[in-house]
Amino acid sequence: MKAQVFVKFKNGVLDPQGQTILGAVNRMGHSFVKDVKVGKFFEIEIEKCENPDEKLKEIADKVLANPIIEEFRIEIAGEN
Amino acid sequence: MKAGVVVFPGSNCDHDCYHVLKHVLGMDTVFLWHKDADLKGVDLVVLPGGFSYGDYLRCGAIAKHSPIMQEVSEFADKGGHVLGICNGFQVLTEAGLLPGALLRNKDLKFICRYVNLRVDNAGTAFTSRYADGEIVRIPIAHAEGNYFASEDVIKELEENNRVVFRYCDEYGETSEGSNPNGSINGIAGIVNKGGNVLGMMPHPERCAEEIMQTKDGFHIFESLRKVLKGVL
Repeated sequence: MKAQVFVKFKNGVLDPQGQTILGAVNRMGHSFVKDVKVGKFFEIEIEKCENPDEKLKEIADKVLANPIIEEFRIEIAGEN
Repeated sequence: MKAGVVVFPGSNCDHDCYHVLKHVLGMDTVFLWHKDADLKGVDLVVLPGGFSYGDYLRCGAIAKHSPIMQEVSEFADKGGHVLGICNGFQVLTEAGLLPGALLRNKDLKFICRYVNLRVDNAGTAFTSRYADGEIVRIPIAHAEGNYFASEDVIKELEENNRVVFRYCDEYGETSEGSNPNGSINGIAGIVNKGGNVLGMMPHPERCAEEIMQTKDGFHIFESLRKVLKGVL
């Protein structure tokens, strides 16, 4: 079973990587792109267990993301 | 009186800190390996600069899960003195021993140069050898030193005199031009509520001897020596 965790900066937190990419995309002529945010993606292989949501939430909260500056979203794919 | 310098994989200012503590200050000094859960009876813990665990995930994020950090947290909770420099500051915020976080520098650059700092609180164990408002020159070397915290936290830090160092110009004024990395209100170093944990982005260990451009960093270690002598 696979879990996917998406981490990105909270709104309002400086994202210089996103701004740099936005500049490059705009210079390509794609003026329809108005903003870019860069985040992190974790693909986690997990075994069947009780309350995987809760456990993954703890992992995301304590390791994968820094809740002061980042927010996260968890998706569990595959059979449970 | 004994000092300990924590060594994480990727620490690269550990020997500089050791040198200053041991050879310049003459303190009994030991290295503390990150996998150990033993502080070897030290009275001062220094978390040095560098790139702990390659800065993977986030600066300081993996270091906070090292066995030694559990001991450092307990040591700090009991009032033990902890100095976090650069990556050490990042580790302290990740570990929750200090509030806030360090973001990428506003201009995306790694900055390595001397900066002016204003001592905003000379009443701490780390800064008693300075005077309030004194301007000192200490080098910075970081890509992620842009101090960030929520408005509430900033207010609390400022109201309680917990901002110890701010980036400033040669006259002691803080402005956008004197702020190298975009830190909120030019914050360069803060202490915890108890005043026994200091995190700072500049590197005092790189200017603690006559041979360097300044000896301004020496006084942090000297302040600590004075306090620790009083304790023992």
